[in-house]
Amino acid sequence: MIDVLHIEGLAIRRGERRLFEGLDLTVRAGEAVALTGRNGAGKTSLLRAIAGLLRPEAGRVRFEGGDAQGGLHLIGHADGLKPGRTAWEELRFQSLWTGGTEASARAAAEAFGLTRMLGLEVRRLSAGQRRRVALARLAASPRSLWLLDEPMAPLDAAHRAAFGEVMARHLEGGGLIVAAVHDPLPVTARAVEVGG
Amino acid sequence: MSALAVLFRRELSLSWGRGGGALLALAFYAGVTTLLPLASGPDPERLAALAVGVAWLSLALSSLLSLERLFERDFEDGALELLALGPAPLELVAAIKCLAQWLATGAPLAVAAPVAAIALGASPSLAPLLLVVALVGGLAFAFVGGMGAALALGSRRGGLLIAVIVLPLFAPPVIFGGGALSSFAGGLSWTGGLLLLGAYAAAAVGLAPLAMAVACRNALD
Repeated sequence: MIDVLHIEGLAIRRGERRLFEGLDLTVRAGEAVALTGRNGAGKTSLLRAIAGLLRPEAGRVRFEGGDAQGGLHLIGHADGLKPGRTAWEELRFQSLWTGGTEASARAAAEAFGLTRMLGLEVRRLSAGQRRRVALARLAASPRSLWLLDEPMAPLDAAHRAAFGEVMARHLEGGGLIVAAVHDPLPVTARAVEVGG
Repeated sequence: MSALAVLFRRELSLSWGRGGGALLALAFYAGVTTLLPLASGPDPERLAALAVGVAWLSLALSSLLSLERLFERDFEDGALELLALGPAPLELVAAIKCLAQWLATGAPLAVAAPVAAIALGASPSLAPLLLVVALVGGLAFAFVGGMGAALALGSRRGGLLIAVIVLPLFAPPVIFGGGALSSFAGGLSWTGGLLLLGAYAAAAVGLAPLAMAVACRNALD
């Protein structure tokens, strides 16, 4: 379980363009950080670099208490769901794959109001429902660091509030959240501007 | 159930349906072997001489069909990120995907191969060896093909690129398997060809996942 995230002197280049350099950031257990910045500033790249999916040009990402492989979730723009499988098959797989259990997957489905649609194929779900299935895996597994890229974009007001409650519980339990956002997060978060 | 077992079951289910899955590969295989008499003429002796070679080569080509989507769909829909951040190294994930691909597509084709060969006039005594050659060779095709699919990730016309990468690498197992089968048919020792085919398949199973993992990481970067 990751307790602290350290980002030290991070620089990221995409092609010929340097998105940002010299980024330092520490996120501790129970803390949420909202990454802000214009489109293309490098918020998504920063999340992917923290997850170890993108090689930074300089600097490093370090964790205390765990590692990227078993300690974090990354919810990107794409939800990773397979259209021909049911919401339950996907949620169950994502839960078990990330260290959760079948019971925790069911509890997460309930928390995200998914219980009645678990038997539906993913292709039958709306964008908001798909996003809720993807977000439910956060609550279904014990990983402590949540990296979220515009997590609430397709959610309606009621489900944003429900997700806010799930995030608050995660932070109370010692979790960490780093989210790239354009709208405010529904929990208290420290704002960090990316890319100046 | 362990995470790897869950992944295997999921991949098996996806392989079964991916790009038409086993049914498309089987339909293609049946089509090619059925068209042969139309192209070469109905002479039973000529057909019998070609039967085993055609059944074996058609299997190699049929196994190419669903390779394009082996990693591409996961790459597009974000599942590859999820798999990369799972509890198992990406090398093991790639191996499990290829194993599921082999079981869902390669194994049904291997069962169909002796049937097609006998239907074309091959001696039924060749059937057991053709089944073994098709199963072992199919394993090599799945892993070598998976390597091509991973290397083609994110490229346009990935299917064409996979064929360009993979077909030269299909040549050794096609030769080894074909050699074993023709030796058996001619009453010669066939074990050498089968052993070479097995060695190639073992090398593919051992080495291809390393290349697949590197290619997937590069595509995600």
